[in-house]
Amino acid sequence: MMNRREFCKKTMIVAGGLIIPLSALEVFNPRRLYAEKNDKGKVRWVFLVDVHKCVGCGFCVKACKIENDVTWDANVTRTWVERYVITRDGQTLIDSPKGARDGFTSQKIDQAHAGLKDVKPEDIAKGFFVPKLCNHCDNPPCVQVCPVGATYQTQDGVVLVDRTWCIGCGYCVMGCPYGVRYFHPQLHVAEKCTLCYHRLSQGMKTACVDACPFGARRVGNIRDPEDPVTKIITTEQVNVLKEEFGTKPQVFYLGSSMEVK
Amino acid sequence: MKNHVWRPLFIVLAIVAGILITRTLLVPDDFGIGERGYMYGWHRKSNEAEWKKYPVKYKTATVCIECHKDKYDDIKDSPHGSISCENCHGPNYDHPKDPLGLNIDRSRGLCIRCHAYLPYRDSARAKIPGIDPVKHYPQAECIMCHYPHDPTKSNPKHRNPEVKS
Ligand code: HEC
Ligand code: HEC
Ligand code: HEC
Ligand code: HEC
Repeated sequence: MMNRREFCKKTMIVAGGLIIPLSALEVFNPRRLYAEKNDKGKVRWVFLVDVHKCVGCGFCVKACKIENDVTWDANVTRTWVERYVITRDGQTLIDSPKGARDGFTSQKIDQAHAGLKDVKPEDIAKGFFVPKLCNHCDNPPCVQVCPVGATYQTQDGVVLVDRTWCIGCGYCVMGCPYGVRYFHPQLHVAEKCTLCYHRLSQGMKTACVDACPFGARRVGNIRDPEDPVTKIITTEQVNVLKEEFGTKPQVFYLGSSMEVK
Repeated sequence: MKNHVWRPLFIVLAIVAGILITRTLLVPDDFGIGERGYMYGWHRKSNEAEWKKYPVKYKTATVCIECHKDKYDDIKDSPHGSISCENCHGPNYDHPKDPLGLNIDRSRGLCIRCHAYLPYRDSARAKIPGIDPVKHYPQAECIMCHYPHDPTKSNPKHRNPEVKS
C-alpha cells in the first residue's frame, strides 16, 4: 500500500520527468533546427540610393516620420540625410540638423560643440547629400545580440522589432554599426526602419521612396532579375556602407564617395 | 541510498521543471525559428502580420487626380511635376472623408527645402534655381508671388504687380 505522501511524491516525479523531455524538445526540436538558414524565397527587398540625385530637401525624412508615427519633435528618426562638405584643404564636414526633417536651408554646417561653421563657396571642393537608413543586412548584428528574440529578420530580408517582446536592454542599439536604432521615446522599446513593411507587403513602395521627387531612393526585389533596381545593382558600380564589418548590408549606393562612412 | 542524498536532486529537478513549465506558459505558441534560422529568425511569427497591418497614411499622388484634376493638370508638365502632392499637403489618410480638407502649407520653409541656395556644384541641388531666403522678399510668403503648382507662373490668387512673369 502507498500512503498519501508517497503517492504525491511519485506523481510529481513522474509528471516532472515527463515534462522535462517534452519541454526540452520544444527548445531543441531538430526539425526546426534544420529550418533552412539561407532560405531562398522569391522576394528579398533591397534599397538603392543615388547620391547624385539627392538635393537634401528632406521630404523622405518628413514622410517617414509621419507615416510611421516617429515622434516629430524628439531627436530620433528612422531615416536621415547627411550633408558632406569637403573643403579644398581636405577637411570633411558632416551634419544632419534634425535628421534633415526640414531639409538643408542654410550654408552653415552644424558642428555640434564647435558651433555653426560657414565655409566660403570658393573653399568647397565637393558638397553632396547622403540619405541613410537601416541596411537590412544579410548578417544583421543587431539581431544576433538580442537576448530574447524580440528582433528578427523576415524571410524577405526585413529586420523588425517585436514591440510586445522587447525588454529594452539596448544591446541592439549598441550593436548596430550604422547607428540606425534608437529607443522609442514613449514605448521605451527599440525602434528602427521597417522598410515600410506594411506598404511593401501590399505592393506599394516605402513612404520615403514615394516622397522623393528626384528618384534618389528606390526599393526593389533582388531575387527578381527583371526588377530595374536589381539591374542597376548587378550591372553598375554600387557601394555599400562599412563593408569591412561583414554585415552584408542591403542598401546600395550609387555615386557614393570615399568620405562617406 | 539515504533520503537526504536524493532530496537536493529532487529540488533541483523540481526547479528545472518549474522553469520549463513557466516557459511553456509564457512563450506564445507561434514563437519559434523563422525562415532565417536560429541566428536571425528566432521570433514570434504573428508579429510579422502586426507590422503588415500598420495603417498606410501616404496614399501617393495617383489618388488625388480623381478629384483635383485641375491641380494635377497644372503641375504635371511644370518644373514641379515630380513633386508628390502629399509632400506639400501632408498625408492623405482618408481624405476627403477624414480629414475633410488637407493641410495647406504656405510657409517659406516648405519652398526653401529645395530653393535655399547652397554652393555645391556637383550636387543635384545646383540644378534647382536657388535664392537667398534672407534676401529674397523675406517679408512675404513665396506663394504670394509664385504659383506652387506651376512655378513658371505668378499666383493667380494673389496677383502681385511686382512679379514680371
Ligand atoms: C474623393 C475625392 C478627393 C480625393 C481623392 C482627394 N481630395 Fe482633396 N478635397 C476633396 C474635397 C471634396 C475637398 C474640399 C473639402 C472642404 O470642404 O474643405 C478637398 C480639399 C482638399 C484640400 C484643401 C483645399 C482648401 O481650400 O482648403 C487640399 C489641399 C486637398 N484636398 C488635397 C488633396 C490631395 C493632396 C489629395 C491626394 C493625396 C486629395 N486632396 C485627394 C476631395 C478629394
Ligand atoms: C510644391 C508644393 C506643392 C505641391 C507639390 C502641390 N501643392 Fe497644392 N498647394 C500648395 C500650396 C502652397 C497651396 C496654397 C496656394 C495658395 O494659397 O495660393 C496649395 C493649394 C492647393 C489646393 C487648394 C487651394 C486652391 O488654390 O484651390 C489644392 C486642392 C491643392 N493644392 C491640391 C494639390 C494637388 C492635388 C497636388 C498634386 C497634384 C498638389 N496640390 C501639389 C503647394 C503644393
Ligand atoms: C522638392 C523640391 C522643391 C520644392 C519643395 C519646391 N520646388 Fe520650386 N522648383 C523645384 C525644381 C526641381 C524646379 C525646376 C528646376 C529646373 O529644372 O529648372 C523648381 C522651379 C521653381 C521656380 C522657377 C520656375 C521657373 O521659372 O523656371 C520657382 C519660382 C519655384 N520653383 C518656386 C517654388 C515655390 C514657391 C515653392 C514652395 C511652394 C517651391 N518652389 C517648392 C523644386 C522644388
Ligand atoms: C514679392 C514677391 C516674391 C516673393 C514673396 C518671392 N518671390 Fe521668388 N521671385 C520673385 C520675382 C519677381 C522673381 C523673378 C525675378 C528675380 O529673379 O528676382 C523671383 C524669382 C524666383 C526664383 C527663380 C530664380 C532664378 O534664378 O530663376 C525662385 C527659385 C524663387 N523666386 C523662389 C522663391 C521662394 C522659394 C520664395 C519664398 C521663400 C520666393 N521666391 C518668394 C518674386 C517673389
